[in-house]
Amino acid sequence: MRRYLARRLLLLVPVLAGVSIVIFMVLHLSPGDPVEIMLGSQATQEDRARLRADLGLDQPLPVQYARWVGHVARGDLGRSLWMKRPVLAEVLGRFQATLILTGTALLLSTTAGIALGVASASRPHSLLDRTSTVASLFGASMPSFWLGIVLMVLFALRLGWLPASGMYAPYDGGDLRDLLAHLVLPAVTLAAASVTIIARLTRAAMLETLGQDYIRTARAKGVVERLVVLRHGLTNALIPIVTVVGVQAGYLLGGAVLTETVFAWPGVGTLMVQGILARDFPLVQGCVLVVALSFVLVNLAVDLLYAWLDPRIRYE
Amino acid sequence: MSVRVQDAGDERAIAPDRAPRAVGRALARTARRNRLAVATAIGLVAVLFLAALAPWLPLFDPDLVDTVKRLQPPLTPGHLLGTDEFGRDLLARLVWGARVSLLAGVVTALAAMVIGVTLGVLGGFYTGWIETVVMRLTDILMAFPYVLLAIALVAGLGPGLRNAMIAIAIVGFPFYTRLVRSVVLSLREREFVEAARALGAGDAVILGRHVLPHLVSPIVVAFSLDVGAKILVTAGLSFLGLGTQPPTADWGSMLATGRQFVILSPHVALLPGLAIFVIVLALNVVGDALRDVLDPRTRAG
Repeated sequence: MRRYLARRLLLLVPVLAGVSIVIFMVLHLSPGDPVEIMLGSQATQEDRARLRADLGLDQPLPVQYARWVGHVARGDLGRSLWMKRPVLAEVLGRFQATLILTGTALLLSTTAGIALGVASASRPHSLLDRTSTVASLFGASMPSFWLGIVLMVLFALRLGWLPASGMYAPYDGGDLRDLLAHLVLPAVTLAAASVTIIARLTRAAMLETLGQDYIRTARAKGVVERLVVLRHGLTNALIPIVTVVGVQAGYLLGGAVLTETVFAWPGVGTLMVQGILARDFPLVQGCVLVVALSFVLVNLAVDLLYAWLDPRIRYE
Repeated sequence: MSVRVQDAGDERAIAPDRAPRAVGRALARTARRNRLAVATAIGLVAVLFLAALAPWLPLFDPDLVDTVKRLQPPLTPGHLLGTDEFGRDLLARLVWGARVSLLAGVVTALAAMVIGVTLGVLGGFYTGWIETVVMRLTDILMAFPYVLLAIALVAGLGPGLRNAMIAIAIVGFPFYTRLVRSVVLSLREREFVEAARALGAGDAVILGRHVLPHLVSPIVVAFSLDVGAKILVTAGLSFLGLGTQPPTADWGSMLATGRQFVILSPHVALLPGLAIFVIVLALNVVGDALRDVLDPRTRAG
């Protein structure tokens, strides 16, 4: 296991290099000149040249990239042009809110998805199975931001059961109950599409496993059906399920941008959209970097989970 | 020089020269069994016609402002679906918005497919540096969450429909590359390809006659399901203000502006979202049915 871990960690290096190059290039691809944005159109040629030299923009691209990576490695993501504050502190502060939202959504979609998938697979073509098939088609077709607005109109504006937006109430709020009340609608909105995908895949993986010979043997031995399905079936169907949960984690991290915008959730997503509209590139870069890095870590965790679930993978 | 090798021994593969009839029979069978998909496909074509004919339909000018009649509810006389915050007719805006949303979905999926299939064929057929470059490129793009990368690219290119579409096509092509490469890799080792090569066929002949025909079904299935997904992402970017810019509207941006009036006039935001939902649902129903016809692995019986 230790050798597998070492090899898997080594594989991170090219991925991180690639991700950082893409993020760096995106900034330099942009048509706007940062010097122009910072100084405005009134500045003289000398002023511009001086600032360009100060920022290192007169250096060749590989040199600029190396400098940028050096800064990032030391935790210096630059200063936001718009808020005039260090980007890292700003992004990390917002990232906590994004983690709470995506974490809750992932927990919701994984537990509900696996439960639904197992239930459908143990009784194929039952009412529950057919309902969940139709529901998954709906889930894959529904724009999450629209679902969010529908839920908001229904449960917050018409029925008044839950708060419509934000993370805490402006007055008398701030405790855990307040947070949970604000979390329900965005988390359900974000999780909706993933639940159906995880349920579909769990169903398929379970049907495949339940058709194996050792399942028949277990039933013939007289093992209780519950144990057959859960211990003999689910345990061995976990690998594809873990894969899809990992993919969904990435989907949720990206999709959170839309959900956060609908519910004015103070996460990285809303910050990034504001940054794009304000043409604040260091801020956008910081947001993308932090979210992309956490996705790389999720993928690492998924790979380690595989090796733990299936010892054969470690020796390949 | 023409080389023709019988492609036998694998029931899964539909031999290229038999393909049209086999597919035709499967289509007819599915059509009988799956009336829903046929009806949906007809409905989709009707919507496409409506959107294409928008300039000649008896509709209001979608940008005609009438502030006296702002935020009228649906079923108002003269305005079947009501009006938006500037008194513009919602039905007209939905039909005109359909042109933008549907076209964006089809064009981005098409662009992603062309780039992705080309790279997938190259990466699967040629070993060595081409394969390495193609695979590293797709690995890196897939190391990002999908929507996040699209947003980041729009951030670099600048907001606007054209840039949003470019971003979505770039983010979408690795999906096709992976799919196509895996098929090409397995084909490369098959006997009929080796036989063709032994008979002296060049790369162009092998690719054109023995590899590409096998790719048609998986690509058609993937594409038909992808158009809906692309419509969703384009609408999402427009919803964030990164896609179409006012006064042009697609369904995503209509939803975004309607959101401000959701307390008193929820229909302004809910109708465009409903339109997206119904169209993507229809595309998925037809795509699933197409897969049943074209993908032998999921074909029942």
